[in-house]
Amino acid sequence: MISVALPKGRLGEQVYRLFEAAGYPCPALLTGSRKLIFENSEKQIRYFWVKPLDVPVYVERGAADLGVAGKDILLENDPDVYELADLKLGRCRMAVAAPEGWHDTGEKTLRVASKFPRIAERYYRRIGRDIDIIHLNGSIEIAPLLGLSDVIVDIVETGTTLRENHLVVLNEILSISARLIANKAAYPFKTGEILRVTEDLKGLVNKE
Amino acid sequence: MISESLLQPEELAAYRLRALYRQYGYRLYRMATFEDYDLCVRNRDFLTGDRFITFTDAGGRLMALKPDITLSVIRSGDDKPGSRQKLCYNENVFRPDRASGAFKEIPQAGLECTGDLSEADIFEVVTLAVKSLSLISDDSVLDLSHLGLLGALLDGISPDGELRREVARCIATKNTHDLEMICRRQGISGDRLEEIVFLAGLYGPLSEVLPRLAPYCQSPAAKDAFGMLGRLSRTLENEGFAARTRFNFAVINDMNYYNGIVFKGFIRGISEGIVSGGQYDPLMRRMGRDSSGIGFALRLDLLEELPDGMKGDSP
Repeated sequence: MISVALPKGRLGEQVYRLFEAAGYPCPALLTGSRKLIFENSEKQIRYFWVKPLDVPVYVERGAADLGVAGKDILLENDPDVYELADLKLGRCRMAVAAPEGWHDTGEKTLRVASKFPRIAERYYRRIGRDIDIIHLNGSIEIAPLLGLSDVIVDIVETGTTLRENHLVVLNEILSISARLIANKAAYPFKTGEILRVTEDLKGLVNKE
Repeated sequence: MISESLLQPEELAAYRLRALYRQYGYRLYRMATFEDYDLCVRNRDFLTGDRFITFTDAGGRLMALKPDITLSVIRSGDDKPGSRQKLCYNENVFRPDRASGAFKEIPQAGLECTGDLSEADIFEVVTLAVKSLSLISDDSVLDLSHLGLLGALLDGISPDGELRREVARCIATKNTHDLEMICRRQGISGDRLEEIVFLAGLYGPLSEVLPRLAPYCQSPAAKDAFGMLGRLSRTLENEGFAARTRFNFAVINDMNYYNGIVFKGFIRGISEGIVSGGQYDPLMRRMGRDSSGIGFALRLDLLEELPDGMKGDSP
């Protein structure tokens, strides 16, 4: 039996549809039931919904053999897991954005607001810019508007929120998509099952 | 006479492992609880972190509660040509938890073999790692690799340090999709790209993987590594451990400290690697030693996760 931690929400439903199309259905999963764990004993697969941020925790700690998490979450939390496939769902970009007309003179420490301090810190270290990280938990776009930060590092999907708040993208840091991850200690004992699920999913993703 | 039924899994394992290591001529090493802070800081990458519990001793020296055993063992050993030191231990180390950052006291058993080492010494340590796992559970696996193979692969991609680290990170996480992207960025495509992705994903019993690996081991370093893995495979087969060992290219320890054979051991039901080890000649060089070293540690605290207790555990 393979257990899979799925991220609750829109991305999780897309991910489940992919598993279903790859031959691992569990129809009870989308019935709106309050149950949290769903099993298809014939296909030897068990799913459970968890908060997207918690998926790597469940997988790293061995409560799930497999899981699906955004690349942003993996880079920010650096869990000790295998990253077996890019499922190419939930695609977006991590970018630096600033108020329209703003430019970095390089004369002062750059104040950067972000929900992803490690990703932001790594990016600016790589380009050699001295920064002051302001770790926020949401509504990042408001930080430069209120003078809390000079720029933000955040996820950009359509860019609508940025435009409505008169912010523009200065640099793209990385592309983000959903990744299939595996527990390292489950891998030696469930190699065949894990590889089968991985290859079935990859086969579908690469066809699209 | 100790009755095994009185012992906790952690104590029982330590007791059995010590008996095993003694059979192979390993002498019990008792180390001090404190270590020089400078030594820890100089080797912080080897210790996978730069946070230690520190205090100033009566002489004004800054000390740390020991975060590791290997550094102390190397320091205590001789470095004379022809000498060899075989030590085993059962000690607690103090390290921050990856998730919470809070310090944990971690009981470990393990061994270190340092000095003028032969290939037989190295194979003996790998065999003892498999035997250690087998003493605890019948359902265990030792994943292993040779860093000479990884070095040869990286040499073929780029001399740039940052890029090599990025590629090594992808291989360590079996992330072939990002690896492919990095290679394409470097202008690598076609058969060469396929070869890299194939090697990065290699996993399985040594007897199955080595014939598939052979055509890709053309450089002298890769040939040496491949030859050694072949001889190790035969040794493990003769010991009856072929089914308990796998080649796994993703077993990567820091190449600034390790070379040669590296390995990681797993037991079904335990959520992370319980054994970690390898050959660490570069660490010996960094500590001013000319000779070789290999060893491993087994995390006794993880035995609490064993679903059915230890093998042969008295009811």
